[in-house]
Amino acid sequence: MASVTDYAIPNPVTRNRAGLIGKAVNRYEGPLKVCGTAPFAFEIETPAPAVYGWIVGAEIGCGRVLSVDAAPALAADGVLLVWSPFNAPLQAARGAKVNPHGQASARPVFDDDRVRFFGQPVAFVAADTLENARAAAGLLAIHYQEEPGDFAFDASKGQTPPGDEDSTIGDFEGAFAGAPVKLDETYQTPIQNHCQMEPCATTAWWEGDELTVHTSNQSIKGPQHLLAETLQIHREKVHLLSRYIGGGFGGKGSAYEDLTLAALAARDLRRPVKVAFTRQQMFHASIHRPATVQRVRLGATRDGRLTALALEATTHCARDEAFTEHAAGFARSLYAAPNRLTGHKLVRLDLPIAGPMRGPGEAAGMLSLECAMDELAERLDLDPVELRLRNEPDEHPESGAPFSARQLVECINDAAPRFGWSRRNPKPGQVRDGRWRVGMGMAAAIRGNFLLPAKASMRVDADGTVTIRQGMTDIGTGTYTILAQITAETMGVPMDKVVVEIGDSGFAPAPGSGGQFGAASAGSAVLATGMVLRQTLARMAAADPASPLNGGPVEAIDFRDGLITVENRSETLAALVSRLAPAGVEVEGASTPAADARAYAQHAYGAHFAEVGVDLVTGEIRLRRMLGAFAAGRILNTKTARSQVTGGMIWGVGAALTEGNKIDARYGSLINQDLGGYLVPTHADIAGVDAYFLPEVDDKANPLGIKGVGELGICGAGAAVANAVYNACGVRVRDYPITPDKILAGLG
Amino acid sequence: MKPFRYVRATSAAEASRLSVEHPGARFLAGGTNLLDLMKLEIERPSVVIDLREIPMATIEETADGSLRIGALATASAVAAHQAVRARFPVIARALLAGASGQLRNKATSGGNLMQRTRCAYFYDPAKPCNKREPGAGCAALEGLNRNAAIFGQSSACIATHASDFAVALSALDATVETVSSDGEGRAIAVDKLHRLPEETPHIETHLQPGELIVAVIVPRPAPGGQVYRKVRDRTSYAAGLASVAVVGDRIALGAVALKPWRARKAQAALEEGRSPTEAAQLELADARGCGGNDFKIGLARRLMVAAIEEARG
Repeated sequence: MASVTDYAIPNPVTRNRAGLIGKAVNRYEGPLKVCGTAPFAFEIETPAPAVYGWIVGAEIGCGRVLSVDAAPALAADGVLLVWSPFNAPLQAARGAKVNPHGQASARPVFDDDRVRFFGQPVAFVAADTLENARAAAGLLAIHYQEEPGDFAFDASKGQTPPGDEDSTIGDFEGAFAGAPVKLDETYQTPIQNHCQMEPCATTAWWEGDELTVHTSNQSIKGPQHLLAETLQIHREKVHLLSRYIGGGFGGKGSAYEDLTLAALAARDLRRPVKVAFTRQQMFHASIHRPATVQRVRLGATRDGRLTALALEATTHCARDEAFTEHAAGFARSLYAAPNRLTGHKLVRLDLPIAGPMRGPGEAAGMLSLECAMDELAERLDLDPVELRLRNEPDEHPESGAPFSARQLVECINDAAPRFGWSRRNPKPGQVRDGRWRVGMGMAAAIRGNFLLPAKASMRVDADGTVTIRQGMTDIGTGTYTILAQITAETMGVPMDKVVVEIGDSGFAPAPGSGGQFGAASAGSAVLATGMVLRQTLARMAAADPASPLNGGPVEAIDFRDGLITVENRSETLAALVSRLAPAGVEVEGASTPAADARAYAQHAYGAHFAEVGVDLVTGEIRLRRMLGAFAAGRILNTKTARSQVTGGMIWGVGAALTEGNKIDARYGSLINQDLGGYLVPTHADIAGVDAYFLPEVDDKANPLGIKGVGELGICGAGAAVANAVYNACGVRVRDYPITPDKILAGLG
Repeated sequence: MKPFRYVRATSAAEASRLSVEHPGARFLAGGTNLLDLMKLEIERPSVVIDLREIPMATIEETADGSLRIGALATASAVAAHQAVRARFPVIARALLAGASGQLRNKATSGGNLMQRTRCAYFYDPAKPCNKREPGAGCAALEGLNRNAAIFGQSSACIATHASDFAVALSALDATVETVSSDGEGRAIAVDKLHRLPEETPHIETHLQPGELIVAVIVPRPAPGGQVYRKVRDRTSYAAGLASVAVVGDRIALGAVALKPWRARKAQAALEEGRSPTEAAQLELADARGCGGNDFKIGLARRLMVAAIEEARG
């Protein structure tokens, strides 16, 4: 296993001789998506006319399904089958795992009569048309035995999750008690829903004992293994594809009932089956970001040096599906302070399943600490920028590990003058523009960086086309595009000679998209595979008497401009391959994390600056402009990377001002179940958002020197907006989202 | 979705007659509300009567200075109409404060007035709702009722009407022109079109069975400035927390009741020469919240004062 120090050795990507790395390359699959011809899972053409499934969710929050009277539905037009807990097909037991190395265990549908949460799928109808399936679903008479459930999130009931004990450094309590300047505030963030444009959907069919399944999932192996385990078949019999995905954001890191039901029904009916959740169903049936209650305590010297820092976060998860929103995790890495306390508590409730959502941990957690820093700065009569600069650590504040590359200070210092931060009046409520009071706020951004094992295959055909294949996904992030850039730069061919094929379980596995590890993990494997292919082709040329490179030293052979060259001799890749291997040359490669990957503390960083207007009559808040500066290693594609971070910033605006869902604790259900009620920002809400990257190479991160950007943009963004709201009107709202009613309450 | 029959009407009288002949029929215009509700099986029409071939999309000024807006004129068309913008800006502003650009291109003037409430419990078939199922109860009463009414609510229903257009029309003393199955027409004041919930919140208007709105008639506006302001959590495509239309001294509030709330006490106070603040206080004195929406009382008062002052310039 390599060492992180090896990453500094130059390679074709870091040399970037064709300049493709860092270029604003247009989206590889953009024309398909713009023209509506990219086949998403539900639209895949089937080999025979498809049957349509309809999922029925529980209308109680906790209890049992007593009976399902399916007779009227079965008698309805076009209905082919009805399943419920009382006649579900045979599947493996929940949690069963035949293959110990698999990435998933069995997750059978309708395997018992328990209703664990409101909206949990409890029945399924398949019919010849979607309309008939839906109509028949409305005819099902489902009887429940309702039981009292715990639906209300009471943070005082939090328990420390096993293995997730508090992290303590020094003597927090003592230092906090003795600190000359103190802050002790509690912040709350609500449940949030992913609201992907494309709901979860699957199309499945069988040919003999082989299953083909197109689904919308952030990973390939996970749902493939889940199906194999659940259906008790060999995973090689499951051909799973997820080629185009209409948004994931963590919510499609899990597989849902559409996947298993489509496969089971297709087997039972011997016809292709399509199953999708509705927009309304997605709110309960897929995971959500849980609510958090976060207590922040800060102690500082009068000159603004933190002596004590605590962030204690309590969150909730489903009764049987442990998940901790690690809202305090980032606080272990962000600021220096000799005495520290961070930890998480969990309350298990009879609610839908909580899980990761874009920037899990940081997205919710930074809404507390980064506002607390703003509040502390005011108590210290210090600029919020200066407070952060004074607490910049030289090494990781808990582990003492060196940072791989950390440009938090540079991001803040570079963006502040560009934004016009010096024009900020530190006294709130002083700046007017018509009916608006105008304020500015800032916050830091930090997000961990990760590298996971991945493989890939690469082939050169006789016409010189280079095809990269990988069981990777593109959830709208730009994966297709950056893999094409890495392939082209590695093989020295133009972009139009590169074909990218991903999202297929038949391809060499990659971890998929999530945790902003996708580009680094998949990209490093593509580079490694390209190096194998270069070596293979170089040996072939050197050994071939017909090649102008014959006898050339293999280690000196280079690839550029579509040529394979040594010294002043060259031939085209097409000439070499068509002569020696007309069927093409294909190799596999792999990348694995370095053994000493943890020797360095690795994060991507940024700084957010926001300006908002607050109407003191109505409490309305509108974003006026926002600037983000980020440092995330080498940037592969300035266009897709910028889209990622501005998209994250927009999520932050939503988190600060509009987004949130509430549980009606009488029913255990969410109040907002559509996009008219769950308020993500609209175009009209987003004004003047801009972002840029500082030059950086993180040569401890991976051979590409890159870090993830998919989650970085949301981290801290909402806090910058919240701080701007305070600066505009003098009202500090610690219960997100900051809506007009809360501003009015604060104005008194 | 329950199967339904689909028919096209070529005249208002025919549409009305078809509706009377088929209990449970629904008129289809822009479809922006009806189709959503049908997918959720909240609306389960036996027959859908498509109105779109009836020629009633014209917007015209009449000799007496009033404006006639055909029931099928889309929100976008009305808001962009030169005469509307010049003489009835409160209508344009109200329409542009509603829905989204895409919806406004489809939604019609008649449909706008007939749209159903946006109460979240009405949209969730798993919850009791007296509008959906008379006698079932109201989940919003003890529920998450931030958007609920502060005027005219009952123990059966605390929902609000979501139309911005209707609020502007109320302040303009507009009427709707209707046609019944016998071909006869009548005029109903917009202010008298919608019912407060009382014990029958499922009966939403004073229209007779089959009676179809064919046009909105807006008289020459009262002198004075026209203002529409809507407070909402986000800038577009969001229900109002409160809205207000001001036309001279005539004021209507939106998102506070199951109909546009014509603020007659405030108007009387202004006509007596009292201040906008006093007028608003008088009007809001009768308002009452149900917990989650208590803030609306103060918000509506502040908004009304600001809008009156803006209209006075």
